Amino acid sequence: MKTKVAIIGSGNIGTDLMIKIIRLSESLEMSVLVGIDPDSDGLARAKRMDITTTHEGIDGLLKMPEWKDIKIVFDATSAKAHVYNWNKIKAFPDKKMIDLTPAAIGPYLVPPVNFLDNMDVPNVNMVTCGGQATIPMVAAVNRVAKVHYGEIVASIASKSAGPGTRANIDEFTETTAAAIEKVGGAERGKAIIVLNPAEPPLVMRDTVFTLSEQADREKIKASIHEMVLEVQKYVPGYQLHQEVQFDDIPESDPVFIEGLGLRHGLKTTVLLKVVGAGHYLPEYAGNLDIMTSAARATAERIVG
Amino acid sequence: MHKIYIQDVTLRDGMHAIRHQYGKEKLKEIAIAIDKAGVDAIEISHGDGLAGGSFNYGFGKHTDWDWLEGIREELTHAKLTTLILPGIATIDDLKKARELGVESVRIATHCTEADIAPQHIEAAKKLGMDVGGFLMMAHLNEPKKLAEQAKIMEDAGADCVYVTDSAGALLMDGVIDRIKAFRDVLKDETEIGIHCHHNLSLGVANTIVAYQHGANRLDASLAGMGAGAGNAPLEVLIAILNKMEVKHNSDLFQLMDIADDIIRPLQTRPVRVDRETLSLGYAGVYSSFLLHAERAAKKYDLDTRTILNELGKRNMVGGQEDMIVDVALDLKSKMNE
Repeated sequence: MKTKVAIIGSGNIGTDLMIKIIRLSESLEMSVLVGIDPDSDGLARAKRMDITTTHEGIDGLLKMPEWKDIKIVFDATSAKAHVYNWNKIKAFPDKKMIDLTPAAIGPYLVPPVNFLDNMDVPNVNMVTCGGQATIPMVAAVNRVAKVHYGEIVASIASKSAGPGTRANIDEFTETTAAAIEKVGGAERGKAIIVLNPAEPPLVMRDTVFTLSEQADREKIKASIHEMVLEVQKYVPGYQLHQEVQFDDIPESDPVFIEGLGLRHGLKTTVLLKVVGAGHYLPEYAGNLDIMTSAARATAERIVG
Repeated sequence: MHKIYIQDVTLRDGMHAIRHQYGKEKLKEIAIAIDKAGVDAIEISHGDGLAGGSFNYGFGKHTDWDWLEGIREELTHAKLTTLILPGIATIDDLKKARELGVESVRIATHCTEADIAPQHIEAAKKLGMDVGGFLMMAHLNEPKKLAEQAKIMEDAGADCVYVTDSAGALLMDGVIDRIKAFRDVLKDETEIGIHCHHNLSLGVANTIVAYQHGANRLDASLAGMGAGAGNAPLEVLIAILNKMEVKHNSDLFQLMDIADDIIRPLQTRPVRVDRETLSLGYAGVYSSFLLHAERAAKKYDLDTRTILNELGKRNMVGGQEDMIVDVALDLKSKMNE
């Protein structure tokens, strides 16, 4: 039997996640899409797909007959709304929360890296789109050679960045940097996001730079390729756009990293491309796709 | 008409020309000299703004905090200013700069993405700072639409909005049209600024025509020290303003001396119009890409111009330095096919 789920938030992320669960999931059943704007495109889309909706937010959901059977709740609202939503939901010990906002009340979760450490936690956080795309690569280097510093650059199409992202761009940089350290294993993390308005929109690109201790380059390369396969299991459009690049940072010519001081070692560069599945937004929106796919993968692993 | 306001960018944009490697003492010496020469404002940070130090943009010789520390106390009249790019630096970085005595900040976004700036503009105003909105790669947005973006920054509280020709790609008419479009939609009390690059040798001319059409905050750097072929050379700009009999506070001879005696000897790669920097302006590519593209060309045995042209074709915007190696690898594999 499929496990029933609800999604709070009928914007780009919530709607895309809903479509993925309806079309692709063998273990999850889409029960209710929760919004706050009765005229939102997401709620209209849900109705057309015969999905129950409410436009009264979490309080509306709690009053619905469907609520008692729902086991997993995805929150695709905002950091602020998530605090409110979680305060209501934590009273129900039989329900789990997967948080797609930057609130991060619960621990960060990146499925191929630390799912097993967090599978019993009642509220897990999905970091950011850039974090989901890049942290597996930081972890892939770190399992071969200790990573001193992990830096990521996420370039996304302007059209795929909604008003929430735009109004809170610091949340992206801060949350992603913190998760590069906590989940990726880097001693220090840094995240950069760039919006590109080109027409036609450009597919999401992510670049990962690590500075690690020296190690066998072939082993690092192999670890990265293995991790790419792990991510592809739930994000088919995730790919290495170039072969992994290496540079020596010799002791005689070190780099000065804020918070770490002078460091040397091996610089690894991973150039990624994330082609979206084209569910709610077109293929360029790999950022949307990787976030919702990671949330779906997490839920499916929780229900086993 | 607002009073003319000259902002020196030798110690921010100029960072690009020397891979962000100013020594702390040298930077202080230069800041003191510029202040003494009467320039209204001095901008200091990594070339890509606060927190720009990274693999992507190059690590600085020092942190922004080390560069900024102790400067405010040395300045007799010039405003200490800095710059941030939302997406790289955060409001926390801005607060740190404020604590170090920075009085004015420019919040920089790509010319179509002003709506990622209001959070930072509002935070800077709350900190009691003078705020400029900085619309980069301005040649990629038509005048009316660029002015709409300027309005977003003004609405958020910006005291001034800049036409920022990051690629040094605008011709004089392009500058005039954009300044006029700003004047049409912005409030009278909002100032207009101009920031040029010299890639097509128009850095000074573009600054002057902007001034003649209503811009009063003019950016320039000593000996043009800046990304690509550099910015409008400050000493040249001042010489021309003198000849135009425009009132300002800067001393021409002192600036000439700093430019030739202190700044030019620091340039490891000459800051000038040559085939590479001309290509930036010609292809409309972000000037800061220059040294990164030259390094990639050397590593992958390619012509810098080929890389720059391809970056232009792919519509890469400021901040996407990571795509330079990507483009080089694509070009290389195409050649090997």
